[in-house]
Amino acid sequence: MKHLKFILAGMLFGVIMFKSEAASWYRIQEMFRFQSFHMYGIIGLAVAVGIPMTWTIKKRQIRDVTGSPIVFSDKKWSVPRYLIGGIIFGLGWALSGACPGPIVVNIGAGFLGYIVVLAFAVLGTFTYGAIRNKLPH
Amino acid sequence: MPDWILQPWPWYVSGALIALIMLALLLFGKSFGFSSNLRTLCTMCGADRYVPFFQFDWKKQSWNVFFLLGTGIGGWLAANYLSTPDYVVALSASTIEDLSQLGFENPNGFVPSEHFGIEALQTAKGWIVLAVGGFLVGFGARYAGGCTSGHAISGISNLQPASLLAVVGFFIGGLAMTHFIFPLIY
Repeated sequence: MKHLKFILAGMLFGVIMFKSEAASWYRIQEMFRFQSFHMYGIIGLAVAVGIPMTWTIKKRQIRDVTGSPIVFSDKKWSVPRYLIGGIIFGLGWALSGACPGPIVVNIGAGFLGYIVVLAFAVLGTFTYGAIRNKLPH
Repeated sequence: MPDWILQPWPWYVSGALIALIMLALLLFGKSFGFSSNLRTLCTMCGADRYVPFFQFDWKKQSWNVFFLLGTGIGGWLAANYLSTPDYVVALSASTIEDLSQLGFENPNGFVPSEHFGIEALQTAKGWIVLAVGGFLVGFGARYAGGCTSGHAISGISNLQPASLLAVVGFFIGGLAMTHFIFPLIY
Protein backbone atom coordinates (compact mmCIF):
# COMPACT_ATOMS: atom_id res chain seq x y z
CA MET A 1 0.00 0.00 0.00
CA LYS A 2 2.90 2.38 0.66
CA HIS A 3 3.60 2.18 -3.06
CA LEU A 4 0.09 3.22 -4.05
CA LYS A 5 0.92 6.92 -3.88
CA PHE A 6 3.74 6.41 -6.37
CA ILE A 7 1.46 4.53 -8.76
CA LEU A 8 -1.07 7.37 -8.50
CA ALA A 9 1.63 10.03 -9.03
CA GLY A 10 2.85 8.07 -12.06
CA MET A 11 -0.69 7.79 -13.43
CA LEU A 12 -1.13 11.56 -13.17
CA PHE A 13 2.23 12.02 -14.91
CA GLY A 14 1.24 9.60 -17.70
CA VAL A 15 -2.13 11.26 -18.22
CA ILE A 16 -0.49 14.72 -18.36
CA MET A 17 2.18 13.60 -20.83
CA PHE A 18 -0.49 12.16 -23.12
CA LYS A 19 -3.15 14.85 -22.75
CA SER A 20 -0.70 17.73 -23.28
CA GLU A 21 0.86 15.80 -26.21
CA ALA A 22 4.35 16.07 -24.67
CA ALA A 23 4.67 12.32 -25.37
CA SER A 24 3.82 12.79 -29.05
CA TRP A 25 6.54 12.23 -31.65
CA TYR A 26 4.91 15.02 -33.68
CA ARG A 27 5.28 17.56 -30.86
CA ILE A 28 8.95 16.66 -30.39
CA GLN A 29 9.52 17.27 -34.10
CA GLU A 30 7.71 20.60 -33.81
CA MET A 31 9.92 21.51 -30.84
CA PHE A 32 13.20 20.69 -32.60
CA ARG A 33 12.01 22.75 -35.60
CA PHE A 34 11.10 25.74 -33.36
CA GLN A 35 7.65 25.84 -34.94
CA SER A 36 5.50 26.07 -31.83
CA PHE A 37 5.70 27.45 -28.32
CA HIS A 38 3.88 24.40 -26.91
CA MET A 39 6.77 22.24 -25.61
CA TYR A 40 8.78 25.27 -24.51
CA GLY A 41 5.74 26.47 -22.57
CA ILE A 42 5.40 23.10 -20.80
CA ILE A 43 9.07 22.74 -19.82
CA GLY A 44 9.50 26.48 -19.21
CA LEU A 45 6.53 26.74 -16.86
CA ALA A 46 7.51 23.58 -14.96
CA VAL A 47 10.93 25.15 -14.37
CA ALA A 48 9.49 28.62 -13.63
CA VAL A 49 7.40 27.05 -10.86
CA GLY A 50 10.13 24.57 -9.89
CA ILE A 51 12.86 27.17 -9.19
CA PRO A 52 11.01 29.13 -6.45
CA MET A 53 9.59 25.85 -5.13
CA THR A 54 13.04 24.28 -4.73
CA TRP A 55 14.42 27.54 -3.31
CA THR A 56 11.64 27.70 -0.72
CA ILE A 57 12.12 24.07 0.34
CA LYS A 58 15.85 24.72 0.87
CA LYS A 59 15.39 28.13 2.53
CA ARG A 60 12.71 26.98 4.97
CA GLN A 61 14.29 23.56 5.44
CA ILE A 62 10.97 21.88 4.74
CA ARG A 63 10.77 18.22 5.72
CA ASP A 64 9.19 15.32 3.88
CA VAL A 65 6.19 13.30 5.11
CA THR A 66 8.43 11.04 7.21
CA GLY A 67 9.96 14.05 8.97
CA SER A 68 13.36 13.76 7.28
CA PRO A 69 14.94 16.89 5.78
CA ILE A 70 14.55 17.20 2.00
CA VAL A 71 18.07 17.20 0.59
CA PHE A 72 19.18 18.29 -2.86
CA SER A 73 22.55 17.00 -3.97
CA ASP A 74 24.69 19.21 -6.18
CA LYS A 75 25.87 17.63 -9.42
CA LYS A 76 29.64 17.55 -9.85
CA TRP A 77 30.64 19.74 -12.78
CA SER A 78 32.07 18.04 -15.86
CA VAL A 79 31.99 19.12 -19.48
CA PRO A 80 32.41 15.80 -21.37
CA ARG A 81 29.96 13.85 -19.23
CA TYR A 82 27.02 16.24 -19.60
CA LEU A 83 27.80 17.48 -23.09
CA ILE A 84 28.58 14.15 -24.80
CA GLY A 85 26.00 12.22 -22.77
CA GLY A 86 23.46 14.95 -23.45
CA ILE A 87 24.12 14.94 -27.20
CA ILE A 88 23.74 11.14 -27.38
CA PHE A 89 20.47 11.39 -25.45
CA GLY A 90 19.24 14.22 -27.70
CA LEU A 91 19.91 12.19 -30.86
CA GLY A 92 17.79 9.38 -29.42
CA TRP A 93 15.08 11.74 -28.15
CA ALA A 94 14.53 13.17 -31.64
CA LEU A 95 14.81 9.79 -33.40
CA SER A 96 12.32 7.99 -31.16
CA GLY A 97 10.27 11.12 -30.46
CA ALA A 98 10.16 10.29 -26.78
CA CYS A 99 12.31 10.56 -23.68
CA PRO A 100 12.10 7.76 -21.07
CA GLY A 101 8.78 8.78 -19.42
CA PRO A 102 6.92 9.24 -22.71
CA ILE A 103 8.30 5.91 -24.02
CA VAL A 104 6.28 4.22 -21.27
CA VAL A 105 3.27 6.51 -21.89
CA ASN A 106 3.24 5.43 -25.54
CA ILE A 107 3.38 1.73 -24.64
CA GLY A 108 0.39 2.27 -22.37
CA ALA A 109 -1.40 4.18 -25.10
CA GLY A 110 -1.01 1.14 -27.38
CA PHE A 111 1.86 2.16 -29.69
CA LEU A 112 3.65 -1.13 -29.31
CA GLY A 113 6.75 -0.23 -31.31
CA TYR A 114 7.80 1.61 -28.16
CA ILE A 115 8.28 -1.75 -26.42
CA VAL A 116 11.31 -2.18 -28.71
CA VAL A 117 12.43 1.36 -27.84
CA LEU A 118 12.19 0.59 -24.11
CA ALA A 119 14.02 -2.73 -24.43
CA PHE A 120 16.88 -1.07 -26.30
CA ALA A 121 16.94 1.84 -23.84
CA VAL A 122 17.54 -0.72 -21.09
CA LEU A 123 20.24 -2.31 -23.26
CA GLY A 124 21.78 1.15 -23.85
CA THR A 125 21.92 1.78 -20.11
CA PHE A 126 23.47 -1.67 -19.61
CA THR A 127 26.09 -0.92 -22.27
CA TYR A 128 26.91 2.40 -20.59
CA GLY A 129 27.35 0.59 -17.27
CA ALA A 130 29.64 -1.96 -18.89
CA ILE A 131 31.98 0.54 -20.61
CA ARG A 132 31.70 3.60 -18.37
CA ASN A 133 35.29 3.24 -17.11
CA LYS A 134 36.51 3.84 -20.63
CA LEU A 135 34.44 7.01 -21.16
CA PRO A 136 35.47 10.58 -20.23
CA HIS A 137 33.49 11.82 -17.22
CA MET B 1 -16.60 12.90 -19.69
CA PRO B 2 -16.56 16.74 -19.79
CA ASP B 3 -15.33 18.25 -23.02
CA TRP B 4 -12.39 20.08 -21.40
CA ILE B 5 -10.93 16.74 -20.36
CA LEU B 6 -11.46 15.13 -23.77
CA GLN B 7 -9.81 18.03 -25.58
CA PRO B 8 -5.99 18.30 -25.58
CA TRP B 9 -4.69 20.07 -22.47
CA PRO B 10 -2.93 23.43 -22.86
CA TRP B 11 0.77 23.85 -22.07
CA TYR B 12 0.18 25.83 -18.88
CA VAL B 13 -1.94 23.06 -17.31
CA SER B 14 0.76 20.51 -18.16
CA GLY B 15 3.69 22.68 -17.01
CA ALA B 16 2.04 23.48 -13.67
CA LEU B 17 1.05 19.85 -13.01
CA ILE B 18 4.57 18.59 -13.78
CA ALA B 19 5.90 20.97 -11.12
CA LEU B 20 3.21 19.64 -8.76
CA ILE B 21 4.37 16.04 -9.38
CA MET B 22 7.94 17.09 -8.64
CA LEU B 23 6.74 18.68 -5.39
CA ALA B 24 4.75 15.57 -4.43
CA LEU B 25 7.78 13.30 -4.96
CA LEU B 26 10.00 15.64 -2.91
CA LEU B 27 7.46 15.62 -0.09
CA PHE B 28 7.39 11.81 -0.28
CA GLY B 29 11.17 11.96 0.27
CA LYS B 30 12.08 11.07 -3.33
CA SER B 31 13.24 12.97 -6.39
CA PHE B 32 11.80 13.24 -9.88
CA GLY B 33 14.08 11.38 -12.31
CA PHE B 34 12.58 8.84 -14.67
CA SER B 35 15.64 7.35 -16.40
CA SER B 36 17.02 5.97 -13.10
CA ASN B 37 14.47 3.26 -13.75
CA LEU B 38 16.47 2.00 -16.74
CA ARG B 39 19.39 1.24 -14.41
CA THR B 40 17.04 -0.35 -11.87
CA LEU B 41 15.51 -2.55 -14.59
CA CYS B 42 19.03 -3.72 -15.55
CA THR B 43 19.72 -4.70 -11.94
CA MET B 44 16.34 -6.41 -11.58
CA CYS B 45 17.23 -8.47 -14.68
CA GLY B 46 20.49 -9.60 -13.07
CA ALA B 47 22.99 -7.13 -14.60
CA ASP B 48 24.65 -6.76 -11.16
CA ARG B 49 26.18 -10.20 -11.61
CA TYR B 50 28.24 -8.98 -14.55
CA VAL B 51 28.79 -5.23 -14.12
CA PRO B 52 29.65 -3.46 -10.83
CA PHE B 53 27.72 -0.30 -11.89
CA PHE B 54 24.50 -2.24 -11.34
CA GLN B 55 25.39 -3.43 -7.85
CA PHE B 56 23.12 -1.33 -5.67
CA ASP B 57 20.10 -1.95 -3.48
CA TRP B 58 17.45 -1.69 -6.17
CA LYS B 59 14.65 -2.09 -3.62
CA LYS B 60 15.39 1.49 -2.54
CA GLN B 61 14.40 2.49 -6.08
CA SER B 62 11.33 0.27 -6.26
CA TRP B 63 9.09 3.32 -5.61
CA ASN B 64 10.26 4.68 -8.97
CA VAL B 65 9.40 1.42 -10.76
CA PHE B 66 5.88 1.77 -9.31
CA PHE B 67 5.89 5.35 -10.64
CA LEU B 68 6.86 3.88 -14.05
CA LEU B 69 4.01 1.38 -13.91
CA GLY B 70 1.64 4.23 -13.05
CA THR B 71 2.95 6.21 -16.03
CA GLY B 72 2.05 3.36 -18.37
CA ILE B 73 -1.41 3.02 -16.81
CA GLY B 74 -1.85 6.80 -17.17
CA GLY B 75 -1.01 6.59 -20.88
CA TRP B 76 -3.53 3.76 -21.34
CA LEU B 77 -6.21 5.64 -19.41
CA ALA B 78 -5.66 8.91 -21.29
CA ALA B 79 -5.64 7.27 -24.73
CA ASN B 80 -8.69 5.08 -24.16
CA TYR B 81 -10.95 6.97 -21.77
CA LEU B 82 -9.88 10.62 -21.68
CA SER B 83 -9.65 11.37 -25.42
CA THR B 84 -11.97 11.40 -28.41
CA PRO B 85 -11.62 8.36 -30.73
CA ASP B 86 -10.78 10.43 -33.84
CA TYR B 87 -8.12 12.37 -31.95
CA VAL B 88 -5.29 13.88 -34.01
CA VAL B 89 -2.43 16.06 -32.71
CA ALA B 90 -3.06 19.68 -33.72
CA LEU B 91 0.36 20.24 -35.21
CA SER B 92 1.48 23.61 -36.61
CA ALA B 93 1.09 23.98 -40.38
CA SER B 94 4.82 24.53 -40.90
CA THR B 95 5.71 21.25 -39.15
CA ILE B 96 3.12 19.35 -41.24
CA GLU B 97 4.70 20.88 -44.36
CA ASP B 98 8.26 19.98 -43.28
CA LEU B 99 7.27 16.42 -42.37
CA SER B 100 5.39 15.90 -45.64
CA GLN B 101 8.60 16.76 -47.52
CA LEU B 102 10.28 13.92 -45.62
CA GLY B 103 7.45 11.61 -46.67
CA PHE B 104 5.33 11.68 -43.51
CA GLU B 105 1.60 11.84 -44.15
CA ASN B 106 -0.61 14.37 -42.38
CA PRO B 107 -0.85 13.52 -38.69
CA ASN B 108 -3.48 10.80 -38.30
CA GLY B 109 -3.25 10.24 -34.57
CA PHE B 110 -0.99 10.71 -31.58
CA VAL B 111 2.21 9.41 -33.23
CA PRO B 112 2.88 8.16 -36.81
CA SER B 113 1.62 4.63 -36.27
CA GLU B 114 3.40 3.24 -39.36
CA HIS B 115 6.68 4.06 -37.58
CA PHE B 116 5.77 3.46 -33.92
CA GLY B 117 2.78 1.14 -33.91
CA ILE B 118 2.95 -2.62 -34.28
CA GLU B 119 3.17 -2.08 -38.09
CA ALA B 120 6.71 -0.72 -37.65
CA LEU B 121 7.90 -4.23 -36.74
CA GLN B 122 7.19 -5.49 -40.26
CA THR B 123 10.16 -3.70 -41.81
CA ALA B 124 13.89 -3.80 -41.07
CA LYS B 125 14.00 -0.01 -41.15
CA GLY B 126 11.21 0.15 -38.60
CA TRP B 127 13.17 -2.08 -36.23
CA ILE B 128 16.40 -0.13 -36.75
CA VAL B 129 14.80 3.25 -35.96
CA LEU B 130 13.14 1.89 -32.80
CA ALA B 131 16.25 0.03 -31.64
CA VAL B 132 18.79 2.78 -32.35
CA GLY B 133 16.53 5.48 -30.90
CA GLY B 134 15.99 3.50 -27.72
CA PHE B 135 19.66 2.57 -27.38
CA LEU B 136 20.79 6.22 -27.70
CA VAL B 137 18.17 7.36 -25.15
CA GLY B 138 19.22 4.73 -22.61
CA PHE B 139 22.97 5.12 -23.13
CA GLY B 140 22.87 8.92 -23.24
CA ALA B 141 20.55 9.35 -20.26
CA ARG B 142 22.82 7.34 -17.98
CA TYR B 143 26.02 8.88 -19.36
CA ALA B 144 24.58 12.35 -18.78
CA GLY B 145 23.27 11.27 -15.36
CA GLY B 146 19.63 12.01 -16.11
CA CYS B 147 16.97 12.69 -18.72
CA THR B 148 14.40 15.41 -19.28
CA SER B 149 12.84 14.99 -15.82
CA GLY B 150 16.10 14.72 -13.88
CA HIS B 151 18.02 17.48 -15.66
CA ALA B 152 15.62 19.78 -17.56
CA ILE B 153 13.02 19.89 -14.76
CA SER B 154 14.57 18.85 -11.40
CA GLY B 155 18.17 19.90 -12.09
CA ILE B 156 17.45 23.32 -13.59
CA SER B 157 14.88 23.97 -10.82
CA ASN B 158 17.81 23.42 -8.44
CA LEU B 159 19.96 25.81 -10.57
CA GLN B 160 22.55 23.15 -11.38
CA PRO B 161 25.00 24.30 -14.10
CA ALA B 162 25.62 20.63 -14.99
CA SER B 163 21.92 20.16 -15.76
CA LEU B 164 21.88 23.24 -17.97
CA LEU B 165 24.86 21.85 -19.90
CA ALA B 166 23.09 18.48 -20.23
CA VAL B 167 20.00 20.23 -21.67
CA VAL B 168 22.22 22.14 -24.12
CA GLY B 169 23.55 18.72 -25.14
CA PHE B 170 19.99 17.35 -25.50
CA PHE B 171 19.24 20.16 -27.94
CA ILE B 172 22.48 19.85 -29.93
CA GLY B 173 21.69 16.14 -30.39
CA GLY B 174 18.01 16.70 -31.13
CA LEU B 175 18.65 19.48 -33.64
CA ALA B 176 21.36 17.43 -35.39
CA MET B 177 19.04 14.43 -35.67
CA THR B 178 16.08 16.50 -36.89
CA HIS B 179 17.86 18.76 -39.38
CA PHE B 180 20.83 16.69 -40.62
CA ILE B 181 20.08 13.00 -40.07
CA PHE B 182 16.30 12.92 -40.74
CA PRO B 183 16.77 14.07 -44.37
CA LEU B 184 19.22 11.16 -44.82
CA ILE B 185 17.00 8.45 -43.36
CA TYR B 186 13.48 9.58 -44.35
